[in-house]
Amino acid sequence: MSTRRLSMHGAAGQIGTILVTLLGLLVLTFIIGRMMPADPVRAIVGEDATRETYEQVFRSLGLDRPVWEQFIYYLGDVLTGNFGTSIRTGQPVIQDILHVMPATIELATFAILIGAGIGVPMGVIAAVNKDRWPDHVVRVLSLFGHSMPIFWTGMIALIVLYAKLGLVGGSGRMDQFYIGLVPETTGFLLIDSLLSGDLDVFWSAVNHLILPASLLGYSSSAYITRMTRSFMLDQLGQEYITTARVKGLSKHQTIWRHAFINIRVQLVTIVALAYGSLLEGAVLIETVFAWPGFGQYLTSNLIIGDMNAVMTCVLIVGVIFIALNLLSDVLYRLFDPRTR
Amino acid sequence: MNRPILDVKNLHIRYGGASTDAVRGVSFTLGRERLGIVGESGSGKSTVGRALLRLLPSARISADTMRFEDIDLLSLTEKQMLAVRGRRMSMILQDPKFSLNPIRKVGDQVAETYLRHFKCSRQEARDKAIAMLGAVKINDPDRVFEQYPHEISGGMGQRVMIAMMLLADPDVVIADEPTSALDVTVRLQVLNILDNLVRDRGIGLIMISHDLNLVRNFCDRVLIMYAGRVVETLAARDLDKAQHPYTRGLLAAQPRIGGARAPLAVLDRRPEWLEEVSR
Repeated sequence: MSTRRLSMHGAAGQIGTILVTLLGLLVLTFIIGRMMPADPVRAIVGEDATRETYEQVFRSLGLDRPVWEQFIYYLGDVLTGNFGTSIRTGQPVIQDILHVMPATIELATFAILIGAGIGVPMGVIAAVNKDRWPDHVVRVLSLFGHSMPIFWTGMIALIVLYAKLGLVGGSGRMDQFYIGLVPETTGFLLIDSLLSGDLDVFWSAVNHLILPASLLGYSSSAYITRMTRSFMLDQLGQEYITTARVKGLSKHQTIWRHAFINIRVQLVTIVALAYGSLLEGAVLIETVFAWPGFGQYLTSNLIIGDMNAVMTCVLIVGVIFIALNLLSDVLYRLFDPRTR
Repeated sequence: MNRPILDVKNLHIRYGGASTDAVRGVSFTLGRERLGIVGESGSGKSTVGRALLRLLPSARISADTMRFEDIDLLSLTEKQMLAVRGRRMSMILQDPKFSLNPIRKVGDQVAETYLRHFKCSRQEARDKAIAMLGAVKINDPDRVFEQYPHEISGGMGQRVMIAMMLLADPDVVIADEPTSALDVTVRLQVLNILDNLVRDRGIGLIMISHDLNLVRNFCDRVLIMYAGRVVETLAARDLDKAQHPYTRGLLAAQPRIGGARAPLAVLDRRPEWLEEVSR
């Protein structure tokens, strides 16, 4: 009974922590909005506006109020789902972001599946064969993944695999020909094309997705491999591994039934964080592949100083990371009886 | 006397990358008896235990003989060795805090030994495990079966370890400092449980320890190891009649309740001990 009360207390504490973190995040985005050299009034009224118009807009934006009052207004806006209008498109920012987000989620999800799918087994293999040839091979591969700039590998891969060999699709989410053929219901092209039953579009989308997702996946697998290897080495040195061997378990059984289940928690955490940074925007890959996603959206708005858009993007990235952290906390409790 | 279960002659062990042998020419036999191996840290006593189970992947092991029943332990493949470990010969490790897997239920870990070596259903293995937990004097074994290692005490953890290692009914059990990590108050209790099980089942026990009194009370014979060699072998009851100066030095350094309050004797190590051979 006391343990249950304790975990209730833990959950309440966790919610409190999340609220405080969110508030901090909002303070941060608010400060970014005020501190940036871009003048929000100028952006609306334009360069030729009279002093009167300028003043009027200045007041209507609430910029003549004390800062803390402005923050309260901002807080209220965010809570009611009003993130402001994009200067560039004239549309509500949130609508623009909802439009670009699926492209990035699609890319990031495939990338992390590839990254974890390669990275985790490679890390385990390397740890089990420490200092023997499989370990060396894995370490060289992951070093490459780490150190090759992704925009460079992206371009080389495009030149070789698309332009020369024609094995995969080029830039964009699908072939030019198919654009606009499929109605946008979810924004996820793979799902939309299946929903409309248009398999040509689906295969074109897969063809376009496979290369950027593999490159991103390879680059995050480098990190996942290294971490998996060191987590596994930690566990393989533990005494309970000897116990398992003494019982007569084979190497394979010892690794998967004893060592590996002990690193699940740590693995979930690093994979979640890697996924988070992919969602935040694989800006370089999105640029090289003309992928109309979140990373591109954020960068282009930063450059032109569309502050409503930038603030909202930062907020979303923050929320994604808070959510992923929460997820890994929950999984901790699931995987490790000591934390229950 | 019957043919010994274990027969080891001139065992040498060298760890990978080391320039000298950790164990140098150790010979002993083990029948259905309790054999103590005593020595200080680094004397090679644990290394001998692990070598018998071939648990030292990076070490080079050589011997004139390393026979277990009719099995030549040196020539077994790893796969054949898997059938020996846990089933014919097992080992009780020192500290249950580290030697039990922290995130698996205690009972599953015990039952795993049975599942590994016998064709049976999970339920059958579970029943065996629970019966064995009862045999190591755990009250309410059904409840303990479902607990995790962090939820049980050290003494109980070590009893779980004993249950796990005796479940498949081995012929030889190596106990590597089985009570060093336990509270003094539960040491005797755990040792008695182990001792009773070993005697009832006619298991050959190798008790590795640095505790002379423990070995004197719970073993039939004692090997004294120093710097990778056996310097003396004697019956446990004759420990006081030890001849070797190292053994005599160890005995002299023992504090005694009610004894003189003079400073305890300090070992005066002689270089020639390093090269002496067991008589």
